[in-house]
Amino acid sequence: MSNKESTTKTITVAFLLCIVCSIVVASSVVLLKPIQEKNKALNLKANILAAAGLLQANATPAEIETKFSSIKPKLVDLDTGEYADVSAVGKEQALDYDQRKAAKDPSLSAPIDGDKDIASIKRRVKYAKVYLVENAGKLETIILPVSGYGLWSTLHGFLALEGDANTVVGLGFYEHAETPGLGGEVDNPRWKAIWPGKEVYDLASGTTPKLEVIKGAVDKTRDEAKYQVDGLSGATLTSRGITNLVQYWTGQEGFQKYLNKLREGV
Amino acid sequence: MSGSTAKKVLFEPVFTNNPIALQILGICSALAVTTSMKLSLVMGLAVCTVTGLSNLFIALIRSQIPSNIRIIVQMTIIASLVIVVDQILRAYAYEISKQLSVFVGLIITNCIVMGRAEAFAMQNSPGVSFLDGVGNGLGYAVILIAVAFFRELLGAGKLFGVEILATVNDGGWYVPNGLLLLPPSAFFIIGLLIWALRGWKKDQVEAEDFKMSAHNVKEAF
Repeated sequence: MSNKESTTKTITVAFLLCIVCSIVVASSVVLLKPIQEKNKALNLKANILAAAGLLQANATPAEIETKFSSIKPKLVDLDTGEYADVSAVGKEQALDYDQRKAAKDPSLSAPIDGDKDIASIKRRVKYAKVYLVENAGKLETIILPVSGYGLWSTLHGFLALEGDANTVVGLGFYEHAETPGLGGEVDNPRWKAIWPGKEVYDLASGTTPKLEVIKGAVDKTRDEAKYQVDGLSGATLTSRGITNLVQYWTGQEGFQKYLNKLREGV
Repeated sequence: MSGSTAKKVLFEPVFTNNPIALQILGICSALAVTTSMKLSLVMGLAVCTVTGLSNLFIALIRSQIPSNIRIIVQMTIIASLVIVVDQILRAYAYEISKQLSVFVGLIITNCIVMGRAEAFAMQNSPGVSFLDGVGNGLGYAVILIAVAFFRELLGAGKLFGVEILATVNDGGWYVPNGLLLLPPSAFFIIGLLIWALRGWKKDQVEAEDFKMSAHNVKEAF
């Protein structure tokens, strides 16, 4: 055998090792991808249900699927606030529409002007996918997709409102990369429990979103308390990001028109 | 390889030569993932798999590795194994992998894995190296689980998510100690564990660097 310290030998060993390792890594990623995708899809559904407060603890995948099938996905034209036909996005059913993919597609989205882009998401989709929970023909919960920039990452989640299109049922994020323990506390159940019952708009004075995450704790005796949520300590920028994304998506650029129409009873 | 050396190689790292308690390696992840028994168990298993397999593969090709690129070769093998383990966790234990987040990926930088590859697998046959890797992984897992036992029991009143001490929030009597759910508490517990271990096995106590001399009072005035 040739000298194992020679240059040829070194290059051969390095080359072979790289080939073997890359094959192992690549095949594990490719082979396990379908199962991982399934997990991700299930996690997304669980999060939609959780935002609407429909998810029990320790629900099995089958339970999540059944619960989820009772929720109606629908497309909303953000410019008019009307429901849009599925054919507008070239899909068979609303469930197949991927809003996050659409945000990158020039034919389905447009860039947002810098001063309007308070949530720093850069592109706005024409059609958004909302989920409706109905009970005996009456609209019970509206689940809106929301996203916006925090400190390190874009947070993706759902904001659920009651049938009055104003009272919050819940807010939850299924994907973010904020600092664990600080901004990552957006996943903390105790913080999420503050949201239900808060109101987005002060309907007496118009439909500008008022709901915000403030610095420190909310003074419950004040009138504004129902539009305010306690800030996360040590996560000022994440808290600010959440205020921005909630206000963006319930504002003019977001679902404001749609929610107005719902309230008028269209 | 005789039976006694195999046993020795496998079990010595658990108490006599524990990677965390004696060599003080791998503390970072020990602080982060020990909030619950379940996480610690999965993390321990993941580290066991990686140390065992990386030692095995490195020992298999140890006579072929040119010494000037041996560290890179070891790192490549370890990194590939860690990615595979991470992918498997994401496919079959999605919830747990979400909670472990970056710490599975960070096994690559865990000094235990690299240390055993360089110190043991480069000189020994594949079989013994594999056992040595598993043994060191076990030593790591044992400490992790011991720390997690105290943190989960006293911090949340639970073990493996099952309620043991009824907490005040759920109408019980136990007021959970929040500090134990935060990383600093793992420092205290690991310190106490090392103290206990050295009290039991006196030979682990390090020689003193210097002797304290008796206090002499000199009358200055």
